[in-house]
Amino acid sequence: MLLETQNISKSFPGVKALDQVSLRLQPASVNALLGENGAGKSTLLKILTGVYARYEGTILLNGEPVRFGSVREARQAGIAIIHQELNLVPQLTVAENLFLGQELRTPLGLLDVAGMNRKTEEVLAKVNLAIPPQTRVQRLKVGEQQLVEIAKVLLTDAAVILMDEPTSALSDAEIDNLHRIIRALKQEGRTIVYISHKMDELFRIADTYSVLRDGVMQGEGRMADTTEQELIRMMVGRDVRIETKTNGTGKEEEVLRVSDLGLQHPYVSRRMALQGISFGLKKGEILGIFGLMGAGRTELLETLFGLHPDRSKFDLVLEGKPCKVQSPLSAIRQGLAFVTEDRKGEGLILGADISANISLPTLAGKAVLRKSKENAQARSYISRLAIKTPSEGQLCRNLSGGNQQKVVLAKWLSTQPRILFMDEPTRGIDIRAKHDFYELMKQLAAGGMSIILVSSEIPEILTLSDRILVMAEGRITASFSASDVDEDRLLKAALPGQINPDRRLRQP
Amino acid sequence: MNITFNNQLLRRSQSLIALFLLCALIALLSDKFLTATNLWNVLRQISVNVCIAVGMTLVVLMAGIDLSVGSVLAFSGAVCAGLIKYGFAFESLDLFVGFTVLGGILGAMLVGLLLGLFNGWVITKFVVPPFVATLAMLTIARGMTMLYTQGIPVSNLGPELEYIGSGWLLGIPVPVWISLIVVLVFVFISRRTAFGRYIYAIGGNEKVAFLSGININRIKLAVYGLAGMLAAVGGVMVTARLNSAQPNAGMTYELDAIAAVVIGGTSLSGGVGSVTGTVIGAAIIGVLNNGLVLLNVSPFWQQVAKGVVILLAVIIDKMNRKEA
Repeated sequence: MLLETQNISKSFPGVKALDQVSLRLQPASVNALLGENGAGKSTLLKILTGVYARYEGTILLNGEPVRFGSVREARQAGIAIIHQELNLVPQLTVAENLFLGQELRTPLGLLDVAGMNRKTEEVLAKVNLAIPPQTRVQRLKVGEQQLVEIAKVLLTDAAVILMDEPTSALSDAEIDNLHRIIRALKQEGRTIVYISHKMDELFRIADTYSVLRDGVMQGEGRMADTTEQELIRMMVGRDVRIETKTNGTGKEEEVLRVSDLGLQHPYVSRRMALQGISFGLKKGEILGIFGLMGAGRTELLETLFGLHPDRSKFDLVLEGKPCKVQSPLSAIRQGLAFVTEDRKGEGLILGADISANISLPTLAGKAVLRKSKENAQARSYISRLAIKTPSEGQLCRNLSGGNQQKVVLAKWLSTQPRILFMDEPTRGIDIRAKHDFYELMKQLAAGGMSIILVSSEIPEILTLSDRILVMAEGRITASFSASDVDEDRLLKAALPGQINPDRRLRQP
Repeated sequence: MNITFNNQLLRRSQSLIALFLLCALIALLSDKFLTATNLWNVLRQISVNVCIAVGMTLVVLMAGIDLSVGSVLAFSGAVCAGLIKYGFAFESLDLFVGFTVLGGILGAMLVGLLLGLFNGWVITKFVVPPFVATLAMLTIARGMTMLYTQGIPVSNLGPELEYIGSGWLLGIPVPVWISLIVVLVFVFISRRTAFGRYIYAIGGNEKVAFLSGININRIKLAVYGLAGMLAAVGGVMVTARLNSAQPNAGMTYELDAIAAVVIGGTSLSGGVGSVTGTVIGAAIIGVLNNGLVLLNVSPFWQQVAKGVVILLAVIIDKMNRKEA
């Protein structure tokens, strides 16, 4: 089956996620889809699988125009996706998971357990998974669960299989097995779309490539005709306008030093989520931390903020004094503040008003609250950060994303921190609010505040940072100063599997 | 109000209007309703539920629930009666401690506080869902009441205690004074202290509250402790009114308290609501019961009516929220 997209465009408020994207996927081939975070890959996948029913452009299936109104329609047309996060019910058996929602029935309307188990055995054999169909999924290793996901797709006899970072949780042996299966699927004439950041894998398994950047198709071709260097260049782009940081004065005094930070993986014993992380932060410095999704950047900030005291270990020196951070409360007392990535889940109480949200971290120890003082404080931040709202009594639920994010910032500034952590501070906010944010951060740093900025956007990191650390697979893989940064090297250091030949972190 | 100002004003005036309409309707149907005797009667009848429901409000604002208050009420009421009548004997030390009425009351409140703290400890330390932890306490405290009283009422507790249950002070029944003071104290706590704000914050978004440096477990412990202590205050009032501690006192009182909280506009998912709303909710239930009695409606119908009011309150609340 031939799947083709013609001039697909998709806009979200303030952002054009896809701009005239045309893609031809040949049958019996493995097509690599590349792009940075936010390049538009997931949007494209969601359109192909019927999640987004509204878009401009045409999808052709064997030359016939189709339009999927729902996930079900896409699946019936033979397009299946294997998500990066596994979508299995751990308490159910493998067979029950495979047939979930499409159970076989006996003529009496009862479940045809024997029939389902038999079919499950057949597809499990195809993916080289030698386990009984009655095994509960929670007893399987992550790699085996991934194979169950693939088996589920094979059950529906999908002609096009989209795989979103299928190997991010797999060991090398499991990756080899997956690649064998993919080759077999190719032999059967199926179309595979393979998304991965791991270049070595793409060159091993893919036949063709397509590169997206900022929603625009940058190039397509045969893997055999390209090089890793060229693909990276297409992903990063040459035309990124970079304002160079020129603010190198008075940044000598070290306010924070982290030594040998390690964080135990939350679920897998004897596996580290973060390992051997050491760095320093100077007064008034903006330290950028770049990395791809899953590199461990958020976990690093969380650990420093005292969210994982039970499974982390590190030495912390703040302004020359060794100290311990065991909880957010102690972090705040030491002068740390954390603008979290998920402003709705972790930043704001949406049902409360602006002034109550801003004052929340500073109420401890106050006997009687003075609403008039809280309101005055809120009003001063509203004007200082240019928060657009009718009043400080507005519920945060009713603010736009950018303004919500400013309230989160105001909340943390109210603690008068010495060190500010910012995790993807401009994700999902419009260009204008973004620039407001950049200006604010520069002002704060000029005023002596030290900032750790975690971002997946290279231009953002380059615009703001005095120094840049790159993380991959739970470690720091490179360090650049603003003056000698090189985008190719930056991105390359962020790709997994670059640390050294032994891939300790990937071994389960 | 600081948190959810807009919604709350609407919600609160809405239940006030409902209370007013209900009073007007009953006054039209029965000329006995608007007499001083009857109105004081209504207030006295709701005062126990008001005390319990105030504690329940704090728990529900935190997105929790406390099913044990009825049993805690019974046990602390029995302890109050037992201490006043028999005192407390440390047999191994050959020591006997007699109690004044005030001593008995404070002892009961301490017992209520401890049982509530135990709830909070189980919930925070072992991450047991509040529903389950307090359900267990419901039967534990009831069983302890039976053990303590041997299933027999403890009666004839003297005129001082009786005064607390049935006396008047400055033209107002003493139980009404007590519930009034409880309401004023907890309105202040919930609106004007950091502790009160933290309760709303935890119910609004526990993760945000934690990241903002709030010691969640300590607040939860304190709130469940307070709920237990307020149940004990109710227990003292019930014991005093009857001048007797009944082993099966307070059965299903937790449901009346939850009903008052819900009718008063506090969301069971936490973060939204108020103590004053709960007071209005308790008043609606009290007026409804009283009116149905005055109109000679069968007590069986009273229960049906209460259920219908709860449903109406929640459905109206849901519809409001959809519009917002």
